[in-house]
Amino acid sequence: MATIELHQVEKKFGSLHAVKPFDFTIHDGEFIVLLGPSGCGKTTTLRMIAGLETVTGGRILLNGADVTDKPARQRDIAMVFQFFALYPHMTVRENIAFPLQAQGEKRALIDQRVAEVVKLLNIDSLLQFRPGSLSGGDRQRVALARALVRRPAAFMMDEPLGALDAEFREAMRAEIKRLHLAQNATTVYVTHDQIEAMAMGDRIVVMSNAVVQQVGTPVEVYNNPSNLFVARFMGSPGMNLVTGRYANGAVNLPGGNQYRVPDKWKPALSKLSDEEVIVGFRPEAAVVPDGQHGQLIAQVYASDLHGAYSILHLAFDEQGQIIHARANRETLYPIGASIHFDLNSDMVRFFDPGTESALSLEVNHG
Amino acid sequence: MAEIELKNLTKHFGRVPALDGVSFDLKDGEFFVLLGPTGAGKTTTLRVIAGLEKQDGGSVLFNGQPADAMTPAERDVAFVFQQYSLYPTMSVYDNLAFPLRSPLRKTPEPDIKKRVEEAADKLRISHLLTRKTGHLSGGEMQRVSIGRAIVRSPQIFLMDEPLSNLDAKLREALRVELKHLQKTQNSTTLFVTHDQVEALTMADRIAVMREGRIVQTGAPQDIYDRPATTFVAQLVGTPRINLLEASIQEGTLRVPNSPLQVPLSDMDGRLPPSVLLGIRPEDVQPQSDGEFTGEVALIEPLGVETVLHIRVGGPTLVSIVPGMTDLKRGSSVRYGIARDRLHFFNPEGLRL
Repeated sequence: MATIELHQVEKKFGSLHAVKPFDFTIHDGEFIVLLGPSGCGKTTTLRMIAGLETVTGGRILLNGADVTDKPARQRDIAMVFQFFALYPHMTVRENIAFPLQAQGEKRALIDQRVAEVVKLLNIDSLLQFRPGSLSGGDRQRVALARALVRRPAAFMMDEPLGALDAEFREAMRAEIKRLHLAQNATTVYVTHDQIEAMAMGDRIVVMSNAVVQQVGTPVEVYNNPSNLFVARFMGSPGMNLVTGRYANGAVNLPGGNQYRVPDKWKPALSKLSDEEVIVGFRPEAAVVPDGQHGQLIAQVYASDLHGAYSILHLAFDEQGQIIHARANRETLYPIGASIHFDLNSDMVRFFDPGTESALSLEVNHG
Repeated sequence: MAEIELKNLTKHFGRVPALDGVSFDLKDGEFFVLLGPTGAGKTTTLRVIAGLEKQDGGSVLFNGQPADAMTPAERDVAFVFQQYSLYPTMSVYDNLAFPLRSPLRKTPEPDIKKRVEEAADKLRISHLLTRKTGHLSGGEMQRVSIGRAIVRSPQIFLMDEPLSNLDAKLREALRVELKHLQKTQNSTTLFVTHDQVEALTMADRIAVMREGRIVQTGAPQDIYDRPATTFVAQLVGTPRINLLEASIQEGTLRVPNSPLQVPLSDMDGRLPPSVLLGIRPEDVQPQSDGEFTGEVALIEPLGVETVLHIRVGGPTLVSIVPGMTDLKRGSSVRYGIARDRLHFFNPEGLRL
């Protein structure tokens, strides 16, 4: 059980900010993902919560009590790292039991807790092995078991799947999430992988350059990115962002294209200080019915199969930026072909090139 | 450009077999991808073609002629590596010009200028020509490495995981550039990767390798739709294919420890009593009038699509649906299975 509050928490190394001050509350039982590219401050934030790193400003509260100046071992928080920090000379069982033994727990309690946790992680059959003889996935399961066995107030996980092969990563992702749902322990999870963040997080904290860019549920962050960074970072490929000029209810895009702006967006666009605006749409927002119909036209730069679907890479003009459109896999067009397409108007977003922030729809309460 | 043929290549490192009878052919202008996990023999194959490694047995043919006695220089291949091997103190221009200035080629400077500028234009690095490569980003350096390969017109391009060191967004962008370049130049390219997305998206044909052998060769669509073994089936596609043990009794497919039972058509009459059943996640679809019932065990929203884990007794089926879902974890769900897209393998993992 843990509620974690960060009040204006910051970290500076000399005059350089690793994390700029921010407020954030993690609710009891929540699965929070800190997401961003390397160097964005996500791991530093995690380590400050765990007590492995001191703060240079602000306070951290654990269940209402100020723990800012308490060392890690007094915070009742368990860490899981990317590299399975297991003792090679101990068996799996001894590795898992170790934290409880170190706390001086009774034999019977240790046996009971170990039995519970290995059952939960499906590693009952591995108890006698040493870590060296296990696969990467199994070693990470043992590392998780060792964190779980203590029943800490909260878990801090630092890219725990980063060192695993793609095949294990997908399975372990679901497994960690299932484990979380079964135990409901407050979890803070650090990753640079936006797919992991989307799949696992109750809420995602997107960070870049020491600054929190956006906090929201996966669906909020994906559908309504607060700025260009989040729009680009989320999704694979990221959101298409095309700069154009707004005039007379339409945005003039490269290649002589005109995009007629949905009525609901017109008030927001007409308030821009400059005519320049960035139109944002995800690859699945492009509608390519047959290549012959649609208000926009672009040339095929490349197209490729992704198994169940295909992606068309399109250029509005020569040497221009490439945009991506998701299509069914029967739709393959030759390079250089001109195709028409439309945008799903509910999925189009607009950004101010000056501030890089998303424009918001003005809600009419009338 | 060249047609390349590999005939029954074998190679041992000490006692360890690295290549165990590798045969395939690359057609002129083809983008051919060798896909497999670490240690499958992909890089060794590449090095044998380049002449950097001598095979124990078998033969490499360039345009129908045995190349086994030829030096690497005579084979005239262009290599692009995972690590950018650029000269950090030289400008981008000089790095690109370097292969053309080799004593073997002695290209006149005006020709060099023309070809360097063409290559830079294609790779969108014209604005970087005067910069030192030491000051470039990872993505820019890899563009220069590729540029250095395309300034000349080699017999074949050999690319060894050239995108692996780049971050996800850059990898995506360069993948598209490489594909466009290859298609518009019609260059014969052999591309090695362990990344199934790269293989599916870029290749004209894929050869899947494992433990020194070619497991399957085919167009991306074939590899995805008709995997020859469970290994191939699991290697391509995200999320991974569902693989369940099943038995066949009286024309019905039964999954042990699960209520899942699928009546089979007459066509499947030749199946043995015990099989491995493969179902791609997109072939499991929730629908209000679905034939089967399960429980939603986990929901993974990925934005563009949502991964559903549907518990059917003991086993769990992974399903992928477009966009977001209204389903709730723990609720019961009706779903259908695309009957004509089921995959059957024997217990040894070979496609039936």
